Amino acid sequence: MSTHSIRVTVNGEARTAEVEARLLLVHLVREQLRLTGTHIGCDTSHCGACTVLLDGRPVKSCTVLAVQADGREVVTVEGLARDGVLHPVQEGFHEEHGLQCGFCTPGMMLTAVALLARTPNPSEAEIRSAISGNLCRCTGYVNIVKAIQYAAHRLSEQAAASPPAVQAEAAVAAGGD
Amino acid sequence: MRPEELRGRQAAGAVPPEELDRLVQREFAVIGARLRRVDGVAKVTGRAVYTDDLTFPGMLHGKILRSPHPHARIVSIDASEALALPGVHAVVTGRDMPVPYGIIPWTRDEYPLCVDRVRYIGDGVAAVAAVDEETANRALGLIRVEYEPLHAFLEPEEALDPPAGAEPIHAPTKPGRNGNVTKHVHLEFGDVDAELAASDVVVEGEYFFEGTTHTAIEPHCAIGYYDPTGKLTVWSATQVPHYLQRELARVLDLDVARVRVVQPAVGGAFGGKSEPFDLEFCVAKLAMATGRPVKILYTREEVFYAHRGRHPMKMRHRLGASADGRLRAVDAQTLIDGGAYASFGLVTTYYSGQLLTAPYRFGSYRFDSTRVYTNKPACGPKRGHGSVQPRFALEVQLDKLAERLGVDPIELRRRNFLGADTRTINELRVQSNGFLMCLEAVERASGWKERFRRLPYGRGLGVAGSCYISGTNYPIYPNAMPQSAAQIQLERSGRVTVFTGASEIGQGSDSVPAYIVAEELGVPLDYVRVVSADTDLVPVDLGAYSSRETLMMGNAVLDAARKLRKRVVASMARVWEIPPERVALVGGWALDRTDPERRVPISEAFNIAEAEHGALGATGSYDTPKDVHGAYRGGTIGASPAYSFTAHVAEVEVEPETGVVRVERIWVAHDCGRALNPVLVEGQIEGSTYMGFAEALMEAQVFKGPEQGRAGLHNAPSLLDYRIPTSVDTPELHALIVESVDPEGPYGAKEAGEGPLHSSIPAIANAIFDAVGVRLDALPFSPPAVWRALQDPAARARWEATHGARRAEVAAD
Repeated sequence: MSTHSIRVTVNGEARTAEVEARLLLVHLVREQLRLTGTHIGCDTSHCGACTVLLDGRPVKSCTVLAVQADGREVVTVEGLARDGVLHPVQEGFHEEHGLQCGFCTPGMMLTAVALLARTPNPSEAEIRSAISGNLCRCTGYVNIVKAIQYAAHRLSEQAAASPPAVQAEAAVAAGGD
Repeated sequence: MRPEELRGRQAAGAVPPEELDRLVQREFAVIGARLRRVDGVAKVTGRAVYTDDLTFPGMLHGKILRSPHPHARIVSIDASEALALPGVHAVVTGRDMPVPYGIIPWTRDEYPLCVDRVRYIGDGVAAVAAVDEETANRALGLIRVEYEPLHAFLEPEEALDPPAGAEPIHAPTKPGRNGNVTKHVHLEFGDVDAELAASDVVVEGEYFFEGTTHTAIEPHCAIGYYDPTGKLTVWSATQVPHYLQRELARVLDLDVARVRVVQPAVGGAFGGKSEPFDLEFCVAKLAMATGRPVKILYTREEVFYAHRGRHPMKMRHRLGASADGRLRAVDAQTLIDGGAYASFGLVTTYYSGQLLTAPYRFGSYRFDSTRVYTNKPACGPKRGHGSVQPRFALEVQLDKLAERLGVDPIELRRRNFLGADTRTINELRVQSNGFLMCLEAVERASGWKERFRRLPYGRGLGVAGSCYISGTNYPIYPNAMPQSAAQIQLERSGRVTVFTGASEIGQGSDSVPAYIVAEELGVPLDYVRVVSADTDLVPVDLGAYSSRETLMMGNAVLDAARKLRKRVVASMARVWEIPPERVALVGGWALDRTDPERRVPISEAFNIAEAEHGALGATGSYDTPKDVHGAYRGGTIGASPAYSFTAHVAEVEVEPETGVVRVERIWVAHDCGRALNPVLVEGQIEGSTYMGFAEALMEAQVFKGPEQGRAGLHNAPSLLDYRIPTSVDTPELHALIVESVDPEGPYGAKEAGEGPLHSSIPAIANAIFDAVGVRLDALPFSPPAVWRALQDPAARARWEATHGARRAEVAAD
């Protein structure tokens, strides 16, 4: 079994790890880095509970090898809040009751962060399409959609209130390409 | 001590003094407000800890070897090679835990691991603990099990009438009985045959409800640790910590006082985690064998085998009515496919009949239900346990009756309304009943009067109603103790800690006690800490099943909170020299209602009370009414403190060429008594309605037959093949809250988590009929099933006739 030395930026912090070639990114995140906010629900890449951002794009981390993250940037749910302030998407899920059991929530939120970086003012259909790879069994999706709309609104308010340089930074923080 | 000497600090989050005037005028300061959940921040930051997130030094990983046969005798098990594998610490088999268990004390028919017989493909045979999952998996492959296959029963009819020489799945409980029968119930109220004979119209139908499973996104997981003093701790993704504690002690022959069950955050349950499972016994036994913590996490495939989901039911219904639509007789015959073990099946069998008798008044009623074992994963309680299936049949029957009589189906339901403060025909006591308000709400919101039977071909509306229990009056194991207890402690800082055994599974049972305490004791919401579901720390609550938590735990918390409130109020009344009724505890303050300028921060009020009364702690409990049911065998089953009511209208579009049904939107009105937090109630209504929709259109827990080679093998134990709706499949859901204020509920609250699933399904079936003139009497309404039904050459004419009749009726107006 070959092992590889990888360097990954995780939630803004440079990390190195020795990993087996077959190790999945989700296991690197959960077991080696102990970031347990990323969940595993299905073993077959359908539920999306393990979604993280890889260079700003949402990926199901159970279908990415840890070595594929070498030299790249990973954002997990633990990296969304900054300086103790919830990311607008987190705030939205909290304010709009976008969660019940909370198990799908981290993956759902990261998908939403990526959507809003791409499409700051999405329609309901665009939101539903973006999160269709993340299964929720509790909510019927009603409040998840509202939570993402809430976040879109908050982000646009913040963008309007910030000078352009800060806006660019905010886009990166929000998982923009 | 005089109050002015105190240096109390206003609690963060306290209401500004200028708003107090307004707040004391209101009936409630907190109850009924749209509030956030108390676990929201932990869950949005990834800090909520689920069982699989826990890890301990020296922890081993366990795996369970599962049967490849649907029905076989275990001849021998040889684990010597597995034990010799480096990294393997222990192997246990059924013989190490030979005490049968079962959630219902009268039907203990399973073992933690099979002892001498396997009963479905996936039944647990042996468990391994090893240094990691990979080694454990490799060890499973080294365990040699010799089986002697037996005749496998896959269809309930065959189980009911076994071929000569075929061994039944379980030994008969009495000589001469068929060991394949879990339970048979036959009850009759009134003279059904006479009423049917005297009816003007009799509607007959045969219905089939396919099995479905819970599919919580978090797979089951448990960790066991047996410490050197002989104390067992099990962390588990369970919704019944108390029952699990009892069963672990009984089966493993431990003193229950030395067994602790801790329920971490649970990632969804829906009834699928409401009894002990093999992994919980196995982690405990393996921990005892190794002295190290042992974790087992089910694969998604194993979750499908563990199952305990919706029972497939075959139902024959006859319904007799008078010409004006009054229900004179309902006669229901049901064959229930139970799978390999009893689980909650005894209750399921009763529920399949007992819970059908509201919200409509039946002139007479008979049901005959039989649950049989088959060699498939055991069925059990899925959201709306036992009554979702017959509700589908009854509500479609009512739609057919309305069509026969030419009566609007909402009007037909109104005519048969059971009423409030009454008894059902099977003598269940119903107090509050907001069903008429539910019907009216969905009728108005859906534009029913203008659109029913008037939409173009391919589009339709359908209605259905239902009811459900808010917990059961009798606990699962007979005892005279409270069903729920709570303990509250007031701190000098103004904080309050509530200890409750309630099981948070996403429904909000950690939030409800916080709302109640904030209301009663006047503290800001974030000054309430809730400690729940750890058997070492909290008093007993029986768990999250049968929609019991809000009503029962809520009442227990309210009881304790009011005792403390009384003490705090008495102290402030004494200090202010006013009658106690004038003291309000609200928004972070204690104040004089008639002179709100006279006030102290709530922490000061607590300090004054503590100085007078000593430490401020109280326990509270709730027990159910025990004298409100029929005096017949089984009469206690279905008896609940309070019943919720629901009405659904679904709007569908059907593509006649493909049979694809799209549910465009659903309006659902639910009578929850009182919404303690409308946001949580709406979430329950939406989630429940979604799950009903999912069963109506997509879900099917099905197994391969003999013709497919591997008889009894789960057809597709993955989320790829077991289809659950995504965000794009799910219709628009409009949740409408109806409040009837029940005398048994805390502030009048009843359940909201399960009731709103029921009528989702028949409303969709009835809408399909309105859209294209065909009846779907079997679930799910998949494109092939709908397409086949549409091949009936009379279907289009039927649609024309119903819509023409309505047009004529409108013209006559």
